Amino acid sequence: MQSHEETRKVELIIGQILRIGVITSAIVILIGMGLYFMNGAGYPTVVRNGHSMIDFPQRFSTIFAGIAEGKSYAVIMLGVFLLILTPVLRVVVSIYAFYKEHDTLYVVITSIVLVILMFAMFLGYRS
Amino acid sequence: MNSMLLLLVMGVAAGVLGAILGIGGGMIITPVLTIMMGLDIKYAIGASIISVIATSSGSTIAYLKDDMLNLRVAMFLEIATTVGAIMGALLVGVFSSNFLYVLFGFFLLYSSYNMIRKLFDKKGETVYTETGEIVEKFKLASTYYDKAEQKQIDYSMKNVPGGFIMMWAAGLASGLLGIGSGAFKVIAMDTIMKMPLKPSSATSNLMMGVTAAASATVYFFNGSIRPDIAAPLAIGVLAGATVGARLMQVLKPRVIRMIFIPIILYMGLQMALKGFGVTI
Repeated sequence: MQSHEETRKVELIIGQILRIGVITSAIVILIGMGLYFMNGAGYPTVVRNGHSMIDFPQRFSTIFAGIAEGKSYAVIMLGVFLLILTPVLRVVVSIYAFYKEHDTLYVVITSIVLVILMFAMFLGYRS
Repeated sequence: MNSMLLLLVMGVAAGVLGAILGIGGGMIITPVLTIMMGLDIKYAIGASIISVIATSSGSTIAYLKDDMLNLRVAMFLEIATTVGAIMGALLVGVFSSNFLYVLFGFFLLYSSYNMIRKLFDKKGETVYTETGEIVEKFKLASTYYDKAEQKQIDYSMKNVPGGFIMMWAAGLASGLLGIGSGAFKVIAMDTIMKMPLKPSSATSNLMMGVTAAASATVYFFNGSIRPDIAAPLAIGVLAGATVGARLMQVLKPRVIRMIFIPIILYMGLQMALKGFGVTI
């Protein structure tokens, strides 16, 4: 068994990683909002299903192309996607935590959760 | 500009409440977006998915080290709930959604009755400490420090298979009906498995973020998540949830239960009536 001190250290590192992940997504969204107030949405308004709305990017290719041109909505979409990834980060670091605790059973259980999660996210991307 | 400010404020409120109770903010956000702002339900669902993830992740970062949540229970039950959610998404259209709304609605009403009884129980918030075979094998028993009662609370749980099935049903409901399942998750842990309310809420919070992330890519890539709505909402909810997670620690479990009951009572009524074709 490892010392209590070491377990505590692992938990603190994990806390830091999660914090950095969430704050990064928030900062990207805030930068996007800042760009919006300076330059507007960066995309034309279209009429869809009888509602007029801004035609925002939805695929990675258009999002990254939009970011390269400094378009606010593209930056926000990236930030939102990073936010969607934060629970995935949470599962990944949990696997690491259980590994550090030499808890094989929970390394397996949490890895199953990760596989199911990735599978579901992939289904969503394909749809 | 005005609507952005409204979304930000609403996000803070949803984040605080969601982090305290372990539920997503969908029940606050959806009606405000659809009724007050006249938004299409498709975008309201996309917005509430973002709100759920932001609540979960925001309360996660309130502390570097979170003793309140039970990571083992979360991951163990997460298998049931994500499998349920995927099955639900694949089975959309096979079952009558009206029947399911009635079923889950009545379940929530029954749960609120149970919770009210627990509230008036003379013994107060008792902690289940007996161990069992499954609890031992999966190392589910844990401990947390209750700041309101200023003591360390060791707890165990029972009826783990029942909780597992409930989590699967909660996932199924969220996949089939597109509703959040935080309330069902709290009920599975608190009422069925007899876990204390605070770890139930914190664990539900973690789980609902993972479950929501599983379905979020569908909404992201089919255009349900609008940047002009998601951005202010996400920032508001993240801020609200970090506050809510801190607040939850110092609230008495009894107080949390008193906030929880009217909410599931309302949700249960709303769902049951929706199943009978009445919208409130």
